Amino acid sequence: MSRAKAALLVCALLCASGVPAHAASTADKPVDPLNSPSWQYMRQRFLGAEPMVFDARVQVQMPSAAEDQMQVPVHVSAPGLTDVVDVLVFADLNPLPKILRYQPTSAAPDIGFRFKVEQSTPVRAAMRTRDGVWHVGGAWLRASGGGCTAPSVGTGQGLWQDRLGEMSARLWPQPQGRERLRLRMIHPMDTGLAAGIPVFHVDRIEMRAGDGRLLASLQTFEPVSENPVISVDLQHSGPVRIEAQDIQGNRFAATVTP
Amino acid sequence: MKRRIRIGAGLLIAASSIAVAGAANDYRLDPKAVADGVYVFSGRNEHFTRDNGGNIVNTGFIVGTDAVIVIDTGPSLRYGEQQRKAIEGITRLPIRQVYLTHYHPDHYLGDAAYADASVAALPATISAIQTQGNALADNLYRLVGGWMAGTQSQPPTSQATPGTVVVGGRKLRLIAAAGHTASDLVVYDEASHTLFAGDLVFHDRAPTTPNADLLQWLDALDQIRQIDFKVLVPGHGAVVRDASAIEQTRDYLQWLSTNLHAAAEQGRDMVEVMNQPLPERFQRLAVIDEEYRRSVSHLYPAIELTTLPRR
Repeated sequence: MSRAKAALLVCALLCASGVPAHAASTADKPVDPLNSPSWQYMRQRFLGAEPMVFDARVQVQMPSAAEDQMQVPVHVSAPGLTDVVDVLVFADLNPLPKILRYQPTSAAPDIGFRFKVEQSTPVRAAMRTRDGVWHVGGAWLRASGGGCTAPSVGTGQGLWQDRLGEMSARLWPQPQGRERLRLRMIHPMDTGLAAGIPVFHVDRIEMRAGDGRLLASLQTFEPVSENPVISVDLQHSGPVRIEAQDIQGNRFAATVTP
Repeated sequence: MKRRIRIGAGLLIAASSIAVAGAANDYRLDPKAVADGVYVFSGRNEHFTRDNGGNIVNTGFIVGTDAVIVIDTGPSLRYGEQQRKAIEGITRLPIRQVYLTHYHPDHYLGDAAYADASVAALPATISAIQTQGNALADNLYRLVGGWMAGTQSQPPTSQATPGTVVVGGRKLRLIAAAGHTASDLVVYDEASHTLFAGDLVFHDRAPTTPNADLLQWLDALDQIRQIDFKVLVPGHGAVVRDASAIEQTRDYLQWLSTNLHAAAEQGRDMVEVMNQPLPERFQRLAVIDEEYRRSVSHLYPAIELTTLPRR
């Protein structure tokens, strides 16, 4: 393709993607503050026809550029937003956009984690409140390529095979009957996009009180980084039972005491 | 349609400005004498940009009695060539020896301009260049663009042996240290008491830590503090005639280590650590906000693990 033709194509793509953003100034199609080319598709795919608003209280904090494409740290929170029952985190332009889903049954809607990014992309948190409305916030992340399609470090070294599912964790008591849980699990979290390495990741982590009551439940998808490190804030004091499983049905469990 | 035309014009302007930069790509290297027969090329206290072409680094050379010794060769082939030309403007003596302080791309990718000289580095530096050099060069292409034209990672041709050597009639002490990377070469010119500290020392510019071991690095600073130097050439930042740049680097690294361990002990998530305010004394360091966040990315994962007991 000639350079002029390529320029025209780029131009045509830009113009085409610009149209829905402009047409979308009606109430049911709010304008995406991040001006993402695939916002409408993301909305349709993850939120469907459910009501949504862009809400600045929903914060996605992360460095503006990815230092390590395999381990981009993100902290999602929603100061001032109450009654959050469901948190969905996704990256519009990742080949596998869905990163995690968090249901803070008895916890703040805050979660820290790391993920693999393939290219510059918006990273979003959509939080559904009890009234059924999705509140969406996010930010752009700059990245130059390669996080999702590279093999995990452990897969290359074969280290994870002996320690699969091993958990390290600790609780930090907080004011007002809360506690922070930080958890690290050993798992390759392979995306299936690296040549010759099948998809293999943890897909569910549940946190329960000593009496079995569910405190929070987390679904993790392919982009969550190898050997996931998760931080959550539970509305709870005392020991926490962690139960996890991966997509091959391996089950892992541990109990953490403050 | 209007929109399409405007974007098309924008692309044209962008393309033409790239062409202009490509025609120039002149680092305007200007050697400054810092001691008798010792010269330094000072880079900018910035990140890699398409504007600075990667010239964010200090390199230098020593004019001996019958040959010239070069310390570090900059971020690109073009830098190496322009550095060589600038040296030839100072002396007609042949360039016999090149020392590379460590394997970071801004310090060595210009070495292909010295194919007729001995290019030496510590063994771990050589193996890092052999295994990671192409990826490092690729990354720098992405960051600075056309300035890199023709640049290929060129591994050193010989090993630097720690101890005293006489090159070009000049007595040099080669010191093998580590901490900024797995091997950091320090070159000390006995005649002029000039210390080329490489990236073990930064001056008014935040240190970088992608391959750092902070404890080793602090030990290395203790080691070079013992040397009776009169002039110190840091890897980045202005040349100094006292130990202030060593102390500044030490102060920052010590704070960084203490702060990251304390944050992990308090259960902080990585992004929360990145968002912590920095002490006032570090806020005047160039590019501190970016480098601090990068350092949290590099160092926090290992540090936080020490606070998470196995269950």
